[in-house]
Amino acid sequence: MLTILFDGISTGMLLFVLAVGLSVTLGLMNFVNLAHGAFAMLGGYVTVIAMQRFGVPFLATLPLAFLIAAVVGVILERTLYVRLYGRPHLDQVLFSIGLVFMAIAAASWAMGSSPQNIRLPEELKGRFDVFGVGIGRYRLFLTVVCGVLAVALQLVLSETRFGSRLRAAVDDARVARGLGIDVQTVFALTFAVGSGLAGLGGALGAEILGLDPGFPVKYMIFFLIVVTVGGSSSIVGPFLAALMLGIADVGGKYFVPEIGSFVIYALMIAVLIVRPNGLFARPGR
Amino acid sequence: MNRRNALARLATVALLGALPVSAFAADTIKIGLILPMTGPSASTGRQVSAAVALYQAMNGKTVAGKTVEVIVKDDTGAADQTKRLAQELVVNDHVAILAGFGLTPLALAAAPIATQAKVPEIVMAAGTAIITEASPFIVRTSFTLPQVTVPAAEFTAKSGAKKVVTLVTDYAPGIDAEKAFKEKFTAEGGTVAAELRVPLKNPDFAPFLQRVADEKPDAVFVFVPSGFGGLFVKQFVERGLDKSGIKLIATGDVLDDDLIDQMGDVVLGVTSTHHYSAAHPSPENKAFVAAFEKANGGQRPNFMAVGGFDGMALIYAALKKTNGDTDGVKLVDAMKGMAWTSPRGPISIDPETRDIVQNVYVRTVEKVDGHLYNVEKSAFEAVKDPVKAAKAKK
Amino acid sequence: MTMPLLPTSRADAVASAKAFLGAQSRVRPLEIAFWLLAFAALFVGRSHHLLLAEITILALFAVSLDLILGYAGIVSLGHAAFFGLGAYAAGILAQSGHGDPLSGLVVAAGVAAVAGFVSSFLVLRGADLTRLMITLGVASLLYEAANKMDWLTGGADGLQGILIGPLLGRFDFDLYGTTAFAYALGVLFVVMLALRVVVHSPFGHALRAIRDNRLRARAVGIPVERRLVAVYTLSAAIAGLAGALSCQTTAFVSLDVLDFHRSAEVLLVLVIGGSGRLYGAIVGAVVFRFAQDVLSAMTPQYWQFWVGLGLVILVLIGRDRLDDLGRAIVARILPARRSPEGTP
Repeated sequence: MLTILFDGISTGMLLFVLAVGLSVTLGLMNFVNLAHGAFAMLGGYVTVIAMQRFGVPFLATLPLAFLIAAVVGVILERTLYVRLYGRPHLDQVLFSIGLVFMAIAAASWAMGSSPQNIRLPEELKGRFDVFGVGIGRYRLFLTVVCGVLAVALQLVLSETRFGSRLRAAVDDARVARGLGIDVQTVFALTFAVGSGLAGLGGALGAEILGLDPGFPVKYMIFFLIVVTVGGSSSIVGPFLAALMLGIADVGGKYFVPEIGSFVIYALMIAVLIVRPNGLFARPGR
Repeated sequence: MNRRNALARLATVALLGALPVSAFAADTIKIGLILPMTGPSASTGRQVSAAVALYQAMNGKTVAGKTVEVIVKDDTGAADQTKRLAQELVVNDHVAILAGFGLTPLALAAAPIATQAKVPEIVMAAGTAIITEASPFIVRTSFTLPQVTVPAAEFTAKSGAKKVVTLVTDYAPGIDAEKAFKEKFTAEGGTVAAELRVPLKNPDFAPFLQRVADEKPDAVFVFVPSGFGGLFVKQFVERGLDKSGIKLIATGDVLDDDLIDQMGDVVLGVTSTHHYSAAHPSPENKAFVAAFEKANGGQRPNFMAVGGFDGMALIYAALKKTNGDTDGVKLVDAMKGMAWTSPRGPISIDPETRDIVQNVYVRTVEKVDGHLYNVEKSAFEAVKDPVKAAKAKK
Repeated sequence: MTMPLLPTSRADAVASAKAFLGAQSRVRPLEIAFWLLAFAALFVGRSHHLLLAEITILALFAVSLDLILGYAGIVSLGHAAFFGLGAYAAGILAQSGHGDPLSGLVVAAGVAAVAGFVSSFLVLRGADLTRLMITLGVASLLYEAANKMDWLTGGADGLQGILIGPLLGRFDFDLYGTTAFAYALGVLFVVMLALRVVVHSPFGHALRAIRDNRLRARAVGIPVERRLVAVYTLSAAIAGLAGALSCQTTAFVSLDVLDFHRSAEVLLVLVIGGSGRLYGAIVGAVVFRFAQDVLSAMTPQYWQFWVGLGLVILVLIGRDRLDDLGRAIVARILPARRSPEGTP
């Protein structure tokens, strides 16, 4: 019972790391980026390639997955995405679907279409019992890493100079620019971090979610659910939404397996009907 | 592809199209190979098409004095596309034989075309039992899920397990497997404590494995489509279920030859039943595996590939028997009862059902020369599809 | 939109508005030429009739999306829900022995319309993204439902044993797809005729007003919710028709008809052809399917890459500019018949 709760929490944490970048692009730049999952897939493949071809240990590949996804993210942002800020959402949807198609074809060309497996180091395998609650080591690791990331992100946003600039840019880009904040650089950096986190999430999640060229489409709906349900104006909203989603998903499958796959969709529709701007949206926006 | 190349090819195609068809019909036999080359089932398409190409590379492109030409089409795994492509291949390209078919609905979608046009449909991959009943022109060289599941149930019962949980993916082949297993296992005196179905699109097995753990069965029977096998076994072990004395018995899809080496040592010792292993000890198989790996950059052939390879073998043998006559009825008649030694072992086509009859092996994952393989331990010989066999008895 | 003349009296105003609207809905020579060409294709190029039938059905589906996206401004990523419902309705009807194609069409449109009416209340509120998610969610729910209800839908195996009777009791569906193409084209033609009337009616103008500015539309007294519910229902019914056609011409339905990629594909088709003008959907369907056919024949494994690249370039260049280009070409071919809306 508690094991299910724990599993749900760790899945939720993972979803948060995967989706937080999307919530930032949506909330900050008002950009619907359906290609977010492609960055996650990139991170996953970086880990796979580094481990299989170059023998890099799993833990060491994680920063690599973050970095490469972030670099690719910033390059795409500067060259392509930047041209689409302020364009209609439909354009952004089409553009990012185009990117997803290209990413899928490129991934299956480069890596083959079969799913990839990651070999975890021994320390992260297996499980142990705490007061009768079975806890998987890897899931614990996931929860800790993602939890630390969430806290760090919140601190950066609320305590640092960069965070206040970012918040200023979100609230009113024009005024922020007038105050001498380099909004462009703030956007680019934020996009890079968001893509990097997706890449990291993809690398961490390969063990639980699997990794194949279809990844960006398969999980797109999950990321979107996190963001739309959580609201895109803070990171607390998506965090709580991701936790809810993880627990509802895992719990739904455990207790009512017959309708397990309905639970998340039904939940999403219900939330959006009651609160079209998300559960935790700031009022007045 | 470079653009000039593409243009040149277009020009060639246009030229060829302009020539009268009869100039070719006499000495070329066309085979339409419809497979999912993109989309979620793309790996099936690639294994089968690679094996078909390999067969032609090993055995030449001529049979009974005629050139065999294979036309590959991508149906992306969508049934309406399969149907249209089959129809176009028949009416525009005048193919003598349709082949491929990666998934059950795709094979079923083409069945009316096969019947209407009297063109044999060789099913090389799809595995639901009912397929061959959809048209008298369907012949199958892959396998049926009940065919490999019933031996799994028998083996489980013999190994002393009394209480079992089944865990399958929630789509037709999975449900086929679940039913076949339960029927056989309860007939052998065991009980199925829970029947779990995992959604196709969301492969987090955690909650389902927790259910398995709660039931405390002697064994768990698993069928998931090949890509998810590695994930499943890992999560099974991560949960410590292997140490709690629950035996894991799977169909061979879970331990796909193409992927098993990447799954890691967690799969060591897992038992499965299936009709093909790349480690099958026979000279035919050694030659097949070596040639396949050479032609495909070291990729190992799996049960999909062997289905494609044997499909071509069957087509060649039938054409030899009809002496190059491509009449659909004659070809299917020639295929009925055909028996030969495939890389997977001795196989034949059941003259009644046009389905494959083959040995089903009980295998255990072991390390051979540093690589993971399904090593065959024992065999159920000449297994027919149990679903159709039961129907025939009634 | 500017009125061509300054009205001097109320009667004049009504007359000039009528003339203006009439000019917009006038049948253009290009339109007639298009339909002549399409029907002429029935008698030549038999080897392409299957592909043409599929294109026609895709075009009809895209037209249905154009109604809500191009005219009412609702972005949907789940329009396959209605396509799939129509396909299953027609399929289940045919399976249970009622194989007459035309009555199947009517039932399918009815079922899809009911579903469209019910779910239309979900897309009334919220921003683009919210609607996107809700439409996506509804389609996903239906997909899961169809998978679970295998006693009715055949689950992942697809619906078995669909027997479609001859069209009008006379024309059997042949292997070359000629009947299928004629049937689909006929339905598309009738629907297009009807929709021309709809989009040029006050109802159609009200929709565009809502699309351009919802608040202003409400302020001039347009019942926004009622109009949106109506158009969403209509659009669902037409998508249902397309689904039924697909089922009847292929005698097969599988879960694929409800899949996400179908919703995404139809959106792409519409955008490639240009939204908000009905015929754009048809152009898009032709271009998309032929491109897919040629690309997938050249590289069966990686054609998606080129489709994606084309899409990215299309968006970067700007859809409007492509429209301008198209308009310029049309204007050059038919310089005398420039429509009033062509000169902004």
